[in-house]
Amino acid sequence: MTDASIGGAAAPRKKSSIHELDARTRKRNASEARFKAFGLGAILIGLFFLVTLAVSIVRSGLPAFTETVVDVEFTLSQAQFDEAESTLFKTAAYSDLFIADLRGTLEERGMQVAFDEAAIERLLGKVGGTLREFYRANPEQLGQPVAFQLPASSRVDGYFNGRVTRETLEDTRFLQGSDLDLVDALHEAGVIRQDFNWTFLTGADSGVDNPGGAGIGASVVGSFFMMLVVLVLALPIGVAASIYLEEFAPQNKFTDLIEVNISNLAAVPSIVFGILGLAVFIQFMHLPQSAPLVGGLVLTLMTLPTIIISTRAALKAVPPSIRDAALGVGASKMQAVFHHVLPLAMPGILTGTIIGLAQALGETAPLLLIGMVGFVARGYPEGFLGGFTEPNSAMPAQIYTWAARADASFYEKAWGGIIVLLVFLLLMNVIAIILRRKFERRW
Amino acid sequence: MPLLWLFLIVLAIAAVGFVLGRARALASAGGDVRNLHSLPSYYGNNVAIKTVVPAILVMLIWLIVQPMIVNSTISGMIPESSVAENSSLGLVMSEVRRTAEGLDNAVANGDMTEEFARDARADFTDVTQRLKDAGQIVTSDVTQPILRAAQSYRIMNATGNLIMSGIVLALALSGLFWGLRDSHAAFRARNTVEAAVRALLIGAASIAILTTIGIILSLVFNTVEFFRLYPATDFFFGTSWAPSFSGRGGSSDLGVLPLLWGTFYISIVALVVAVPIGLFAAVYLSEYATPRVRAVAKPMLEVLAGIPTIVYGLFALLTVGPLLLGIFGDDGLGWMQAGTAVMTAGLVMGIMLIPFVSSLSDDIINAVPQAMRDGSYGLGATQSETIKQVILPAALPGIVGAILLAASRAIGETMIVVLGAGAAAKLSLNPFEAMTTVTAKIVSQLTGDADFSSPEALVAFALGMTLFVLTLGLNVLALYIVRKYREQYE
Repeated sequence: MTDASIGGAAAPRKKSSIHELDARTRKRNASEARFKAFGLGAILIGLFFLVTLAVSIVRSGLPAFTETVVDVEFTLSQAQFDEAESTLFKTAAYSDLFIADLRGTLEERGMQVAFDEAAIERLLGKVGGTLREFYRANPEQLGQPVAFQLPASSRVDGYFNGRVTRETLEDTRFLQGSDLDLVDALHEAGVIRQDFNWTFLTGADSGVDNPGGAGIGASVVGSFFMMLVVLVLALPIGVAASIYLEEFAPQNKFTDLIEVNISNLAAVPSIVFGILGLAVFIQFMHLPQSAPLVGGLVLTLMTLPTIIISTRAALKAVPPSIRDAALGVGASKMQAVFHHVLPLAMPGILTGTIIGLAQALGETAPLLLIGMVGFVARGYPEGFLGGFTEPNSAMPAQIYTWAARADASFYEKAWGGIIVLLVFLLLMNVIAIILRRKFERRW
Repeated sequence: MPLLWLFLIVLAIAAVGFVLGRARALASAGGDVRNLHSLPSYYGNNVAIKTVVPAILVMLIWLIVQPMIVNSTISGMIPESSVAENSSLGLVMSEVRRTAEGLDNAVANGDMTEEFARDARADFTDVTQRLKDAGQIVTSDVTQPILRAAQSYRIMNATGNLIMSGIVLALALSGLFWGLRDSHAAFRARNTVEAAVRALLIGAASIAILTTIGIILSLVFNTVEFFRLYPATDFFFGTSWAPSFSGRGGSSDLGVLPLLWGTFYISIVALVVAVPIGLFAAVYLSEYATPRVRAVAKPMLEVLAGIPTIVYGLFALLTVGPLLLGIFGDDGLGWMQAGTAVMTAGLVMGIMLIPFVSSLSDDIINAVPQAMRDGSYGLGATQSETIKQVILPAALPGIVGAILLAASRAIGETMIVVLGAGAAAKLSLNPFEAMTTVTAKIVSQLTGDADFSSPEALVAFALGMTLFVLTLGLNVLALYIVRKYREQYE
């Protein structure tokens, strides 16, 4: 018996039931739900960023793959050719002929638009020069109708992509409001149309004032040669280092030193590797500046830790019974590793190497320091060996150069370049995943 | 390409050595493999290794040393007087190299005979003219000393290459004979070959050490050179960053503090974005998510880590910057002047760091023993109470390590800040102002600069040293904490 039961004067005890929640439990449950919602929210925010990134890349980058071209069928007779060649301003004579022809075409389709020579030059560049060059090179085409595809200027391109609008346009020597009427008329007549921009995929950097002719082709070649250097150097060195550390290294100070170095190098900022490349390969060894060879060497040093770490994981995954069996039938330690463990670990090693290569492909900062900036990529290298030593750029460095230019037309090219870069990265990762799926073994 | 040919010839000798060595060993055993100490191919490999390794080693060393000797000799030949006022020895040397290359090409094209190109008494106007006629690019001011230097540069290189080829071939051949003499049945070829392979493996593993030494030496030498030109106290405690553009030095202010402040400010903004999101994501993924959600969400988040930083840089410059400017700019709140700002770079860098924080924390939370969870549930705690009061405290050291690793990533990040943070070095508290970082200034001070003698270029090495020491310190600390933590539960 306790005092509490005596008399019944004490306050009635609060009854609680498991069937109804008391305030405290409700509070705890609410906080539980809140916490869970926070977690879900964090993941959704992360995914939202990913989607935003993807959407803005695709939306801003796709216009880089189209170009605006003007289709004109043009006939030049022998007499007109001789006459134009005999005048003082030869290209101007060709321009006049072209404009007369274009006017005829428009009138044929019943359209009345006033335009002059300057407007044509703003839209299409120097047409006369293009025509003259063509006919001087192909005199047999004289007197026959020839279909010309003339690329329109980058601002006309922008008008079709929505980058340049009538509202935002200011009359400059590059484009005037009245020109857009002409563009609309030509578009209606089917003379101006959008076409796939092969120049962007195959071309080289065109310089500051010609965004229309800029292409990423040359820097793709530069990236390719760099990746070749990285593959040829990093894979054997990485595998050799991993085999030593995983299979042969004794427990001593030297091994510890190597281990500490590898884990630290994996976390050194990439720009420091750029400084290393500049000081050692260019300043000290006098290797050529801006060469994919040097870029490849720097990226090799940068990716080695990644490759070593994944290779060691792959070697570790091979069960010891394989080694024991090989040693048991009389193989030496070296034979056991090279004949049995290494082939079994190969899929894992290749997967790690491809991922390391993908990381190297997207790296920009060290390349800027060794001079592989975008404006160096002016053309394709001559021959296979030239690909290693001739100045070139790489995809990410080319994208950076475009992004750093003042002309907004280059931004579109930069986004387009990113699409090309990401397609390569995606391809490499898909190959890595397929390799892993196909050859992965569970012991 | 004589170098390539030399290399191929050495390889060919090695291939011949392999076949001969194998055959000789077999013959000495009377054609019966069982009488040999090792498998026949080991005898072949033994010969091949003895042929290739010494020859190629000497070739590599020669290739590194020869240009250094030639360069120092030639620069000694150039009189002080021919180095112009606003030029440097390095520029004159590149002129010499270019002229020598022009001579080489002219000889190769048959525009000039070898004797003429070497003729030390040739009149230099004549040579210049003939070079120009041959279509070789020659700068306008090829002077007498430069031409003489170029001529001896060619001669020294040619003789050097000739001697090298001779020595390398002699080494390869003597290696061949050494190996062949050893190819008899009792020779322990496998042990020799395996010792060589082992040495190769150790060499490959040592590259990590060499890289570190290379980084440290290249930073230290140039940093010391910089401090000789510019006082160290001004660098470490200067509050103004204003390099002069003339390249003459003297009037530049190269204080590191504004850059460090920009670096830390942007990193802090990035961590403020990344740590809560990453941590909550990790908690949800490891404690609440069903296996199917986890299998989808975790790789998706990790895609963010695989995207190259240049993509984030462009995203900051062209998408996030204008977006923020629309909200906080003159049309909105009026706090922001331009799209590039601490906020822009920090926000985008935060997005990049989310998967770093979430993956590392996920691993660490998973390493907390299940018994601790069960104990907590058994006392009646809800799941969130268990996480907040048991799991997170237990995982705290590991999570701190993860955050430190993310911070070191943020400090070393380059492309996002180069494109997104602006170029002005400022000591300001306003996160909507443009600031710049150590990494961005390394890029701007070194890009396209081949002349390493001015303090404006050398300061990049001092900045690199600062960066290296900072990130290394953070990493060592983080790894130490994480390792200590892992030991606790293993």
